Amino acid sequence: MTNYSFITLILGLLLGAGAPVMAGDAAADENSGSFYIPEAQRRFSDAQGCVEPTDEMRINHMEYILDQRDVTVHEGIRTKQYSLVECINCHVSDAPDAPRYESEEHFCNSCHTYASVSIDCFQCHADRPLKSSGYQHRSSINNGHAHTSADAAEVTREQPQVMANEGTGNE
Amino acid sequence: MSEESNIDIYRRRFLSGTASAAAGLAVAPGVMLTEVANARPADQAVTSEVRWGMLIDTNKCDNGCNDCVSACNEEHNLGGFDRPGTDAQWIRTVTLKDKQTGNVQSLPLLCQHCEHPPCVDVCPTGASFKREDGIVLVDKHICIGCRYCMMACPYKARSFVHEKLQDQMPYSPRGKGTVESCTFCVHRVDEGITPACVEACTAEDHNAMTFGDMNDPDSEISQQLERYSSRQIRADLDLNTGVRYRGI
Amino acid sequence: MKQQEFKEISGGKPFYMVLGFFGLFVLAALGSAWYMEHNGHWVTGMNNQIVWGMPHVFAVFLIVAASGALNVASISSVFQKTAYKPLARLSGLLAIALLVGGLAVLVLDLGRPDRLIVAMTYYNFKSIFAWNIILYTGFMVVVGIYLWMMMERKMNRFTKVAGFSAFIWRLILTTGTGSIFGFLVARSAYDTAIMAPMFIVMSFSFGLAIFILVLMGLYNWSDRPLGDSILFKLKNLLGVFVGSVLYFVLAYHLTNLYITRDHGVEEFILLNGGIYTSLFWIVQVGLGSLVPLALLYGPSTGQSRGWIGIASLLVIIGGLAQMYVIIIGGQAFPMEMFPGKEVSSAFYDGVVGSYTPSLPEIILGIGGVAIALAATFVGVRVLRFLPSSLADEAVDPHYPAREAEATA
Repeated sequence: MTNYSFITLILGLLLGAGAPVMAGDAAADENSGSFYIPEAQRRFSDAQGCVEPTDEMRINHMEYILDQRDVTVHEGIRTKQYSLVECINCHVSDAPDAPRYESEEHFCNSCHTYASVSIDCFQCHADRPLKSSGYQHRSSINNGHAHTSADAAEVTREQPQVMANEGTGNE
Repeated sequence: MSEESNIDIYRRRFLSGTASAAAGLAVAPGVMLTEVANARPADQAVTSEVRWGMLIDTNKCDNGCNDCVSACNEEHNLGGFDRPGTDAQWIRTVTLKDKQTGNVQSLPLLCQHCEHPPCVDVCPTGASFKREDGIVLVDKHICIGCRYCMMACPYKARSFVHEKLQDQMPYSPRGKGTVESCTFCVHRVDEGITPACVEACTAEDHNAMTFGDMNDPDSEISQQLERYSSRQIRADLDLNTGVRYRGI
Repeated sequence: MKQQEFKEISGGKPFYMVLGFFGLFVLAALGSAWYMEHNGHWVTGMNNQIVWGMPHVFAVFLIVAASGALNVASISSVFQKTAYKPLARLSGLLAIALLVGGLAVLVLDLGRPDRLIVAMTYYNFKSIFAWNIILYTGFMVVVGIYLWMMMERKMNRFTKVAGFSAFIWRLILTTGTGSIFGFLVARSAYDTAIMAPMFIVMSFSFGLAIFILVLMGLYNWSDRPLGDSILFKLKNLLGVFVGSVLYFVLAYHLTNLYITRDHGVEEFILLNGGIYTSLFWIVQVGLGSLVPLALLYGPSTGQSRGWIGIASLLVIIGGLAQMYVIIIGGQAFPMEMFPGKEVSSAFYDGVVGSYTPSLPEIILGIGGVAIALAATFVGVRVLRFLPSSLADEAVDPHYPAREAEATA
């Protein structure tokens, strides 16, 4: 994990400097070395935006995803909290013109480009949420979706917040 | 999971989600694999107590019917690039004509989900593997695209992704340079729903495909397998396939 | 016999020009690999029916030849034939170089060559492929140590032990390579134990043919004397190996011809398989085996360096054809899933798989050969692999006696 820790260090420094700017102005200010992180679609809970505290996710999201990946593929464990599909469902818009991973507007790539991290997740995985295709109607699988239950949706609508805001509390 | 409260929040949501899933399925009988109460919780690993299998009654297979194939292509977005030589096919209809008698029949051929899969034996990295419940899969995270499994599969059930893909189904990741094959719709089976091909076949009232737990003596598939004679393709290899056929 | 003196070949402009020539092929191969990976394999001749194509023909050929190239060294260290001793170093170098070339092609043709590290860190020990990864890397280490023992005077006393280890290792390695096909139960052309020994004999033949050509080329290029004595020894040996390969091919096909179930695939390869039938009879058996045998043992051609060189080249071409027939012909023949039935589908069931090698695949394969030759060339430039003379009086222990006989 040493390669990650370096990135984390750099990221932490830059985020700390960049967060106030983002809170004031969501648009990227390239001159000051900060960058734009797209807004999440909804919050995980009243208490926190993401499935773990935002700082923890910024540093270690890959660990959660990696652990989940192995148990899902090999053991069929399909809990949603750390599933990559749910990351995408929440962090990428399901609009037809939602950005693809190649774009710096894409949630994952906005930061990965900045930190020069190269990943191959999206060579196979969908980089956008499943649009309201016939699939969901044909079978009912997605009714079991953690974030589509009514209460979660309400939280989202009432308290829209930029995830980056949470970073400001840690300064 | 660093904070206990997260788990609770998560669990509450998951359970409420499951309840609504069950409600949604109440109007679609014949799709569920098990009673909801017996379904495996999402946070528990699959076990070898279950062995998923499929019985295909070729007598009920209409010549020219392609419903299972279309359903599969749609479910996994196997659309392809109009290049039949390199496009992926996870399930295909095969027409057989007896050289001696001229009798013609057709049947769907897919990954046979062997108990002793040759593809798993030969895979250098262990990317080809068999889940505890008998479903043979490719872990595309560690597949290096050597294609040895395709050399080894006696059913030609595997496809190599020959070009860059986009807009994969979120529940069915697939990408350039790796090998793939029928997953028995593992994403559906894990939710307690039959594979897409079986659903399509049933929806059209052909009922040629039965899917279920071969280890459960009370399941429909086990009862049919017990009552009627069936066979495995290339039974001579003694692979104990998870897909069985009647009428061939 | 006097003590052999080993010397590097001279450098300078001609050296770099030859190296640059090989380099062009290597660059072209890298470009081809990039092109194939960038676009995906649909731009090659390969498809879901023929999953291993031209790169595998070259790669397996080079890997098989690599272990065979070590034979000359084994004959000297293990079987104590002192006449071959001056050639042992080159033999070891060529073995490593050919293996590197073959592996490069194999890796660059993977669907995900960027995951080479995965191949090195995840092992399924039931897979002969996984074993081969260990055998290939181990081969380089074992032969490397063997070379060190030979080239470091203080270590000379361990040469025999190292040579014996390398010999055993290469036998296991080629068994592993042959078993890649031998262990495939699905296809009629494979699934037979004879693959392992047949590949070993093939390695003897292909490796020696390449060795002879490289030896002649290097000595010609560096203006060093290469006597008839050693060359004729090698060519006689090559003849024996070529004959042995033919014997194994015969045994393989006779066995299949006896077994009714395998009549289909035999008819395909031997009679009506189109390109595969032509390659088998004309190139593999005719040009690649019978013609070289005639040339090597012919009363006049067998004494001519030119003809020995041509015979060696033909053995290599025949070997590539044999690989093509085994690897691609074996896949092209439809799998027998429903005996007694005619099978058809939209997935090419029941029909012969079609494969036309694409240019990038061929360039990648040739690039592997170029890597092997370039590595050998650099090797003999920087280290003392080559004896400064292989003239008869320098290598033949009985030379003075023979000379006396001839003049008497």
